[in-house]
Order: sequence, then structure tokens, then C-alpha cells
Amino acid sequence: MTVPRPATILAYAYAAAIFGFIFLPVIVLGLFSLQASSLPVPPFTGPSLRWYQAVIGDPRLVSALLNSLAVALLSSLLSVMLGFLAAWGFARHVVPAARLLRGLIILPLAVSYLIIGMGLLVFFNQLGVPKSLSAAAIGHVVINLPLCFAIIYSQMGDHQVNIERAARDLGAGEWQVMLLVTAPMLWPAIFAAFFLSMTFSWDEFIIAFLLTRFDTTLPVEIWNLLRSGLSPKTNAAGSLVFIVSILLAIIAELVLFRRRS
Amino acid sequence: MTDALVEVHGLVHHYGDAVALDGVSLSIAPGAYTVLLGPSGSGKTTLLSILGGFVVPTSGRVLIGGRDCTKLSPQARPTATVFQDYALFPHMTVESNVGFGLMMRKVERRQRRDRVAAALALVGLAGLAGKRPHQLSGGQRQRVALARALVVEPAVLLLDEPLGALDLKLRRQMQDELKALQHRVGTAFVHVTHDQEEAMALADHCVVMNRGRIEDDGPPERVYARPASRFTAAFMGDSTALEATVIDSMAGTVLASTSLGDFRVAADVPLGAPLLLSLRPEHLHLGEPRKALHLGDAEISSVVFQGSFRRVTARSLRDPAVLFEAKVPPGPAIAAGMRLALSCDPDDLIVTAR
Repeated sequence: MTVPRPATILAYAYAAAIFGFIFLPVIVLGLFSLQASSLPVPPFTGPSLRWYQAVIGDPRLVSALLNSLAVALLSSLLSVMLGFLAAWGFARHVVPAARLLRGLIILPLAVSYLIIGMGLLVFFNQLGVPKSLSAAAIGHVVINLPLCFAIIYSQMGDHQVNIERAARDLGAGEWQVMLLVTAPMLWPAIFAAFFLSMTFSWDEFIIAFLLTRFDTTLPVEIWNLLRSGLSPKTNAAGSLVFIVSILLAIIAELVLFRRRS
Repeated sequence: MTDALVEVHGLVHHYGDAVALDGVSLSIAPGAYTVLLGPSGSGKTTLLSILGGFVVPTSGRVLIGGRDCTKLSPQARPTATVFQDYALFPHMTVESNVGFGLMMRKVERRQRRDRVAAALALVGLAGLAGKRPHQLSGGQRQRVALARALVVEPAVLLLDEPLGALDLKLRRQMQDELKALQHRVGTAFVHVTHDQEEAMALADHCVVMNRGRIEDDGPPERVYARPASRFTAAFMGDSTALEATVIDSMAGTVLASTSLGDFRVAADVPLGAPLLLSLRPEHLHLGEPRKALHLGDAEISSVVFQGSFRRVTARSLRDPAVLFEAKVPPGPAIAAGMRLALSCDPDDLIVTAR
């Protein structure tokens, strides 16, 4: 066996450090969610599922979890629908100043969530819209619509134009073309956009924090927990959020990459 | 023709500044196989798109079955199109592809299944109903596209270079099948191509287009043998071209003066008018002048073996600017450098005035 060169060792060490920095916090979070004692600090006393039981037994956390799911589902559905329609408009019709308008649709991707959340807060205040889960869902549409648009638009090529024409030629109306031909042809992109939106909405904190009051989402509830001090229960709730996010991201990736390979 | 199925009057179409169609009028008989033939940019595809309803012409009218369809959308008119890239629905089975038009017409499910099966049998794809387009070969996709368009029983079937994506052998085979299919179903087919051999093999009615105009239209035999214009004469096949001037004219015949001599040909043009005399390669006789019209001697410049015949080019000794193209059966020894007399039948001379 050859002795590895110092440069190679350095490269491996560097890679290990990178992955360590990325995943160590998650591992620590997950590990101490299994803590048996009541402080999430070393030494590790578990494993125990008592804090997960505590989370499931906490009606506030459970209702926050359900709220999060509802907001994620609703906002993702809306984002995908609006993103698809916008992509259809830009790809299939002549739009004046199309470049500029496309840029404007994608722009919110570059704006911080804090700014978007504050902007919506001020705007809703002016309109007299109360803080609520629906307001948070609208906020999540604002951040996810650009993403959905970008993903779906990138897959909407000219090669589908003739296929849509064929559908029209065979008697399909515009809605039928969209629903029976265009959307099914683009389903990998649509699915991926939907699951990515779910992921982003699911663990989004700032906008949900600013736009909800009594009923709130899981990340906001976890933040409330944190204010009363460290507890493995917070770790357990955080781990649950993380596991769901990872699952959604994996689904999105599978859908996208299975098509490509 | 009063009983025309499709009538097109004075079609003009502009794409921005470019003129795609420049005054096209045409009538298509029911049950006929019409081929729109022309080089790219001749307007043939634009004309087909206007017939299909995908393009609304700048001006002019389209009547189908006596009804004004000029501004009717594709789904509202009695046409169906077979696209060049087939445009099959990739996410549907062959059966759903073919059944799509019937579903849009709200045909009841059982009847739909029967009609789809009949259409698939018609194009010889009976066993493939459950397959998806990506599992099929090019020729099979082509047939699915045909079945999908025919199953809705259009008054006119439009085919946009349907054989363009197939290799030569399959193309010739599909040509025969298309012709047979058209015969069987009796629907009027309008087929766009730039391949004049394809056009001659398929057409009952051949429409030659160039620069947005119709150069000539009629039965392919007539268009080939007696083209109405120089462009058509050149486009329908190889030929030797001779520029001529009319130096004497009387009752349907003229004396045409060329660099190879003066020939008496049938034409009705005034004195001094320019003419083009063309001669198809298969009509040129080499050696001992057995034909009535003598074209003088020529030096063979090349002989290319092509299997069933040889393609011979020869330069005229009377006018070195004239290069003859001839098709010679295998047999007598002919080689480059030989000098031979050339002759032809006066009836085989193609005379075009414009």
C-alpha cells in the first residue's frame, strides 16, 4: 500500500471539516433529543424517547405542527399553480417587456425573508388584514412563487409547443391543453417545485413569526419553547422539523434526478 | 372546379417584413392526394399552417367544404394535422394518444375504444395500444400520428413533411403505405414536402411553390413533362437548359434560336420573346443521331455509374457553355474524353416561356 501524500490527507481533512461543520449541529440536536435527563448537555444519558412523547403529548406543539402542515400544503399548492401559470404565460405568449417582468418575478428570491415579512406586515396592517395563518401562507407564496416559476419555466421548452398544437388541433380547448397535456408533460418539474416549496415553508421562521399571532407554526412554537430555556423537548421538536424537511427534500431530488438520468 | 373541398383565395401572409405567401389561390378536390412541393422558404409550410388554422393569413380567404374557415381556430375546423416531429403526447399510451381527439369530442368510452382499435388496425399497429411513444420506432410513431389524426375523421388531413425524419428506405416504404391508406380512407390529404420524387410518387395533384407563389399545379405527370415555368422545370428534376430567342412565330409553333442551332418547337409566344428549352437526362440520345432533333457533337466529361444507369455529363462542341446531362443505360462503352453526337425527340423538349 502506498503512503498517501500530504496533499491528499489535507484534502480529506478539509472535506471532513466541511461536512463536520454542516452536520455536527444537526447530529448534536438529534442526539440530545434522545437524552434521558432533562438538560440537553453532555454527558449523553439516553437513548430515550420520553421527549418525543412529551412533544406528542403537548397540544400546543401538536396543533402548531398541524398548522405548519396546513400552511405548507396550501402555500405550496398556490405557489405551484401561480408559478405554472406565469411560466405558461411567458413561454407561450408574447409578453411586452418579458425579460424585465421575468426578472421581477424571480427577484423575491434575492430579498431577505425579514424584509418580505416586514413589508407584508406593514401592508396587511394598512389593509386591516389581521395576523393569521393565512397571512403567513400568503407570505410563503411570496417566497416560493419565484422558485416554482423558475423551476417550471426552465422545463417549458419549445419542443412541447407542437405537442400542445396537436392537442388543440384534435379539439382541446386552452384549459384542456394545459391540464391534459402541458401539466402532465411537466409533472417532474411541478412535483419538484411543490416539494421544495413544502420544505421552505415547513421550516420558515421569520415570516411566520411576524405574520401570525395566536395560532402559529411549529418553528415559531419552538422558538417560544426556547425562550423558557434549554430542554431536550426543544431538541425533539427541532429534530421532527428536520426529519420532515429532509424527507421532502429527498422526494424533490428523487423526482428531479430520476428524470434526468 | 365548383365542387372543390378546399378553396383558397388570394392568400397573402407576412412574417414581419418577410413575405411568406404572395397571393396564393388554389382549389383542392375531395378525395385527392395533394402535394405542396417547394424549396425551404417557398411558403408551402405557411400555406399548410393556414389550412390547419395555426396561422391567420394577413389577407385572403380559406373555404373548407364551402364554409369560411379563415379565422377559425384549429379545434373548430374539419382538419387534422400530422406534424413533422409527430408531436405525440409522451405521457400517454398509444391508445390514449389516438383516442385523444375522440375524448375531446365526448365520444362515449366503448365506442371510443372500438374506433381507436380500428384506426390502429388501419395503420398496422394493432398490437401496440399499450405502449408509450418512447418505446416505438420512428416509423411506428409516424403511424400513431396518422391514426391519431385520421380517427377524428377530418375532411382534410394535413401532413407537414411527414417522412422527413425517416431514413431513405423507410421513407419509400411509408410513401407507398400513405398512398394506399389515402386510397382506402378516401380523405383528402394535403402533404408538404421538398422532395420532388416523393411528390411525384404520391400526388394526384402536385402544387409547385416558390417564393410565396404557386409556380405550377396539376397532375405530376404533366408538371414533370410540361412544366409551366423555368423554376418548375428545374425543380422537378435534372435537365439540360438552353436559352433561346423566338425568331419566327406562326400558328402555335415558333422557331427558337439557340447557341446550338435553330429549332422549331410548339409554343405560343411573340417574336423576340425569350424561351427556355430544357431536356430531361433520360431523353438525350448519345451516339449515332437516331432522333430527329440534332444537337451537335459533345465531348464526354464524366461518366458516373449509378447501378441501373450511368449519369453522363458532356460539353457541347458548338457552345462550350452548354453542359449536357444524360442518363444512359449500361452497355455501350462510354468514357470521358470521347466525342459523340447528341440528339433528342423534338416532343421531349420542354419549352418554358417564364
